[in-house]
Amino acid sequence: MTQPRTLYDKIWDAHVVEKRDDGTCLIYIDRHLVHEVTSPQAFEGLRAAGRKVRRPDLTLAVPDHNLPTTARLDAAGHRLPIADPESAQQLAALEANAPAFGIRYIDAVAPEQGIVHVVGPEQGFTLPGTTLVCGDSHTAAHGALGALAFGIGTSEVEHVLATQTLLLKQSKTMEVRVDGTLGFGVGPKDVILAIIGKIGAAGGTGYVIEYTGSVIRDMSIEGRLTVSNMAIEGGARSGLIAPDEKTFAYLNGRPMAPSGEAWEKALAWWKTLPTDAQAVYDRVVTLDATDISPSLTWGTSPEDVVPITGVVPDPESFADPSKQAAARKSLDYMGLTPGTRMQDVEVQNIFIGSCTNSRIEDLRQAAAIARGRHVAGNVRQALVVPGSGLVKRQAEAEGLDRIFIEAGFEWREPGCSMCLAMNPDKVPAGERCASTSNRNFVGRQGPGARTHLVSPAMAAAAAVTGRLTDVRDLLGEAA
Amino acid sequence: MTPVTSVEGKAYPFGRKNVDTDVIIPAHYLKTITRAGLGRGAFETVRAEPGNVFEDPAYAGAPILIAGDNFGCGSSREHAAWALGDMGVKAVIAPSYSDIFSGNAFKNGIVAVVLPQEAIDRLLEVAKDNPITVDLESMSVTTPFQDRFSFEMDPFRRDCLINGLDEIGLTMAREEKIGAYEAVMAAERAWL
Repeated sequence: MTQPRTLYDKIWDAHVVEKRDDGTCLIYIDRHLVHEVTSPQAFEGLRAAGRKVRRPDLTLAVPDHNLPTTARLDAAGHRLPIADPESAQQLAALEANAPAFGIRYIDAVAPEQGIVHVVGPEQGFTLPGTTLVCGDSHTAAHGALGALAFGIGTSEVEHVLATQTLLLKQSKTMEVRVDGTLGFGVGPKDVILAIIGKIGAAGGTGYVIEYTGSVIRDMSIEGRLTVSNMAIEGGARSGLIAPDEKTFAYLNGRPMAPSGEAWEKALAWWKTLPTDAQAVYDRVVTLDATDISPSLTWGTSPEDVVPITGVVPDPESFADPSKQAAARKSLDYMGLTPGTRMQDVEVQNIFIGSCTNSRIEDLRQAAAIARGRHVAGNVRQALVVPGSGLVKRQAEAEGLDRIFIEAGFEWREPGCSMCLAMNPDKVPAGERCASTSNRNFVGRQGPGARTHLVSPAMAAAAAVTGRLTDVRDLLGEAA
Repeated sequence: MTPVTSVEGKAYPFGRKNVDTDVIIPAHYLKTITRAGLGRGAFETVRAEPGNVFEDPAYAGAPILIAGDNFGCGSSREHAAWALGDMGVKAVIAPSYSDIFSGNAFKNGIVAVVLPQEAIDRLLEVAKDNPITVDLESMSVTTPFQDRFSFEMDPFRRDCLINGLDEIGLTMAREEKIGAYEAVMAAERAWL
């Protein structure tokens, strides 16, 4: 009889090419997403060594990180130049490297272009039970479809391009179980912020997380993508969710997903993947849905989480002296005073987008708050950046763009945008942003920028009130 | 990769916890298509703080960096390892690293030494005025005051560092195994 195994163990076992004496395994990689920022040096390395891409058919390249989100075509339909010469050079490098190495490339003006982690699932490139990598830590997102997906560095990008494998050691497993039913106004972003607040920014280091429990089961695929996306903010390279009927329904009919007989075969195998009943995780963390409120961050680490009804914490309230010091530094950077009610904090910038929260459901949730309201006078910049051209088109078909524009938001082209300050979308120094992205690090959204991580609905709520706001106040009382 | 057996010299007594890769190298330096020259952007926000160790001439060109827990968390950008390498850092000593960063450091010949916080505290004190030594052969960190802290390291990584091995070349030599795996998968999981 075989040992009961977790979802992670099953995917791992199915991808071992060779096991070395020291336990390191050569792991086969089924899917590789490539973008402009972490790939030029890898292609250069291949060129220098006279190496080819082993499986260009398993590789998909899309520009996203430094692409401006303003109009990309002029009135005559011609590509507009990119003002920043370094960005232009990096984008040109990907545009040249992809065909030179025979890799499928979705260009900057293709309707399918978008953030790699939005495009992968949307195209059906991401499949359950696959190993999927990308030179980007938020690759964890694809775990929502039951793929063992993780971010890699550029040397590893080169290694995968050349060999379609990686040398890895098996991780420990952590079950993060969220049971119960989420309260009114509480969504997937609040769930993952609560998880990170509980385990800490390094809590998952060395582990692969598997999210389980009724809250995860009841969640839509897009909600799951938000939760898996931020596994890395809790230190875990991957955040898996067992594939189920929702996963299969989501993937069926997507352009790069299998079809016909191949679909049936794939489906039969995918159904064997969920963790066996008797399997044991190395660590189990449980959360009760009723303890999760609409939440946000107050500091400069994603673990600095408070409910929106809370106050800025006093650094002295932390037991660990180094955490006290870090909190003092954070509050100084954030320009916040202990004891201030989070809801009294004004914001000047709103960002709705990023690989965490730029899918159609995210935009619908934000639009529901923005509808019939207007961006507050003290808000200088309020961006809505769809995760892909297809999300954008869908939103426009539903009239969401009109709702945002009428409310005073800017409606942009797809890309990573204000999440990481390497394209023109930045938060000015000293200003504050309610952001649906994934990192509140020092300088993440621009030098001196102050980030509060929130859900799409909370970002829209902050936009219309001009301060951090409990979205439940705008949604009205539960019926 | 250049072989590395030991790193000896001054060490930046940085000591901070949760140093993310946006702090090591901000995103606006990532628009490069080469690995070189990133040292100029390393720790940009820290360098703006008064009294920081990176602008202190006493530590200029130090080959070792001492940090706190969870060093290199956040983004997968290998630019963080390139930036450290470009500013001359050949070894980092910390209680823990993000998984992605420790892999990136290793692939660029930077020794990521794990030592408990007590050892870090002592080294931070010593490094203020004295050199320290990281030795891969004996897997120990030593000071001029007879301190000796042993560390562990994955044998494969240690071997690659000491011998300057090219990991891609090593894997390409396993071509037969990779081809055999692909043949089996083409039959069993043809939808891939």
